[in-house]
Amino acid sequence: MIDFSRNHFELFGLPERFRFDSELLDRAYHALQSEVHPDRFAAEGDTARRVALQSSARVNEAYRALKDPVDRAQYLLSLRGIDALAETDSALPFDFLEQQLERREAADHALDTGDAGALEALLTGVRADCGALERRLAALLDADGAWAAARMRVRELKFLGKLAADIDAMLGELEA
Amino acid sequence: MALLQISEPGEAPAPQERKLAVGIDLGTTNSLVATVRNGIPVVLPDENGHPLLPSIVHYGERGVTVGLAAEAMQALDPQNTIVSVKRLMGRGLADLADARRFPYRFIDEPGMVKLATRTGIKSPVEVSAEVLRALRERAEASLAGQLVGAVVTVPAYFDDAQRQATKDAARLAGLDVLRLLNEPTAAAIAYGLDNAAEGVYAVYDLGGGTFDVSILKLSRGVFEVLATNGDSALGGDDFDHRVFCWIIEAARLAPLSPADTRLLMVEAREAKENLTLHKSAPILATLATGEKVDLTLTAELFTAITQNLVAKTLTPVRRALRDAGLRPGDVNGVVMVGGATRMPQIRKAVAELFGAPPLTNLNPDQAVALGAAMQANVLAGNRAIGEGWLLLDVIPLSLGLETMGGLVEKIVPRNSTIPVSRAQEFTTYKDGQTAMAIQVTQGEREKVADCRSLARFELRGIPPMVAGAARIRVTFQVDADGLLSVSARELTSGVEAAVTVKPSYGLSESDITRMLQESFAHAADDMAARALAEAQVEADQVVAATDAALAVDADLLDAEERAAVDAALARVARCRAEPDRRALVAATDALNRATGEFAARRMNRSVGRALTGRRIDALT
Repeated sequence: MIDFSRNHFELFGLPERFRFDSELLDRAYHALQSEVHPDRFAAEGDTARRVALQSSARVNEAYRALKDPVDRAQYLLSLRGIDALAETDSALPFDFLEQQLERREAADHALDTGDAGALEALLTGVRADCGALERRLAALLDADGAWAAARMRVRELKFLGKLAADIDAMLGELEA
Repeated sequence: MALLQISEPGEAPAPQERKLAVGIDLGTTNSLVATVRNGIPVVLPDENGHPLLPSIVHYGERGVTVGLAAEAMQALDPQNTIVSVKRLMGRGLADLADARRFPYRFIDEPGMVKLATRTGIKSPVEVSAEVLRALRERAEASLAGQLVGAVVTVPAYFDDAQRQATKDAARLAGLDVLRLLNEPTAAAIAYGLDNAAEGVYAVYDLGGGTFDVSILKLSRGVFEVLATNGDSALGGDDFDHRVFCWIIEAARLAPLSPADTRLLMVEAREAKENLTLHKSAPILATLATGEKVDLTLTAELFTAITQNLVAKTLTPVRRALRDAGLRPGDVNGVVMVGGATRMPQIRKAVAELFGAPPLTNLNPDQAVALGAAMQANVLAGNRAIGEGWLLLDVIPLSLGLETMGGLVEKIVPRNSTIPVSRAQEFTTYKDGQTAMAIQVTQGEREKVADCRSLARFELRGIPPMVAGAARIRVTFQVDADGLLSVSARELTSGVEAAVTVKPSYGLSESDITRMLQESFAHAADDMAARALAEAQVEADQVVAATDAALAVDADLLDAEERAAVDAALARVARCRAEPDRRALVAATDALNRATGEFAARRMNRSVGRALTGRRIDALT
């Protein structure tokens, strides 16, 4: 079984940073799974198979948490004892919320009128904002160590991620 | 394809030690068994040279027949000749929108529908087991030995109940299931290794009764499924049925007897197959009533009457691409699998969607079985460690549980890489609440009523607390076969409950044992001898694995621990020489326990090695 006390970054041998070469993560992930995946132990006894199942699931979980920017930022903060998405403190800036509300209304309207082009444009805009937020997070987390400021950006990124997924699903509805 | 070089060379077993393992494609219409011989995957034909075994079981007056002999009975004895049983696996009568299409006598039972036949009531699991048993016997005769195990394929879009039912059927047929493997993934292995493919590929798999699409990334010996989608009740059968309905309409036929229904279904299928190569197909038949059918179906008309079926396959393709975050143009190639992909209108539609003609250089009937055989060969340990490949598959449908108001809280989203373990905490909503009912669901909808319910269990004995004070952690674990188990634990008191998501849909453990005993009693097979042989195979595997582990990592054990392992090995060796199955099983279990800590330490060392790069030259 894998040492469960190791954190996700240590598990993959990566620096504890928001920004890193995702190719390195992919390679480390494949290298680890090549060692621990249950397929390696299919011909062995129950114990080895169970250990492989737990280890492989742990590696998958760690990979998922580092692959996704929101999860990664949240995880970096949690390593410093900060809960970025605490339910007790979920405030977002007013102008940010106002802008997203307008986008959502525009998306609903585009869906009703079957305007895929408008949805695509909205999606492009939301994704551009996500990219900008990720760059700010990289600066706040990796350079400045500004944990408190990073919390708000993580919440915004999470919010935008959900919006992008919803618009994407609307495009799917129009396609079908 | 460049394969991972992650270990010392020279670990491949000598040829005489090769373990007999097979891949089985258990299809709606046809089934196949394949193995790897001299490094090359081959389909094992029957004694007359037929590679395909029709997935048809006939319960006759003089016993059970499977395959071609059963196929010959379908028009004569439709109620006792079971075809397309795969559509019934893990399904209740209410799930079957097309139940009326089958001439069977259905029995509505909770969980899975059953069939009344001449020789009694049969579960779809038992019917499938007959097909699998025929394939096992074919393989054992052909390979002249007992199989150590089989990889059995399932549609990627099969849910938990359908997977569990398939695994139960394999066990009932006397097969040790090394892995349930998704059909499109098996085809990707066969295609990818054959063509040294790298990049993003889509596998479009339209079988007799199921449709899957998987998007995979192939790189450096890793097969990584990015997304999968499909329809587990859509296949070539449905195209036959459209033709059948057209025949009835065009020939103005009155309601048909079960035998005439079967006859015309066969005619419809032949017409469909004819239209793969010809512009039109004649349909000639004389019914039991004396009525004659004389029609011609043109390719244009066939395309027109099946247009919405083709469209129904494209929606899952678009969804899978969307889930993978890709556009059609990002895909390097589309691999076509399943006999139904021979239909020209399908190939044309897929080519239009992806903007390039699909890849049809694989035998669409055999690719899945061949890929499964290659995976079985690796899983059985017939390849040196560095010569294998890594397969990362996903679950097709989100798993969740019911929360207040009949809403679903998703715990493991669809397309999560397996194995996966995910936990979430819940709390009580009433003061003094001492029990909590946990309803496990599978599906994408937000309301419980719209998702499939997999299981329901209760966590009892929670100490009375004020509402919201209890902390109940529910853990979902999906193994590499895609099968789910769920456990719940109250964290402040440690009260625990767990369930393998099985009894509500599959068969209980006692059902399987009883059926196994019955099947052995009916067959000429000597149950005791077979059970002993199975125990010996299992013991040999665990001993071989332990020896191999000691050869590499013996330094992880201190003298006392080593002595315990050696003692356990010696005990297995002693029991192995005696014809006492129970003693051997007990000794093997003891060896498993004695090596538990060793296995954990070895896993840690492997992880360390993987990270220091000592064994990952090819990856960097």
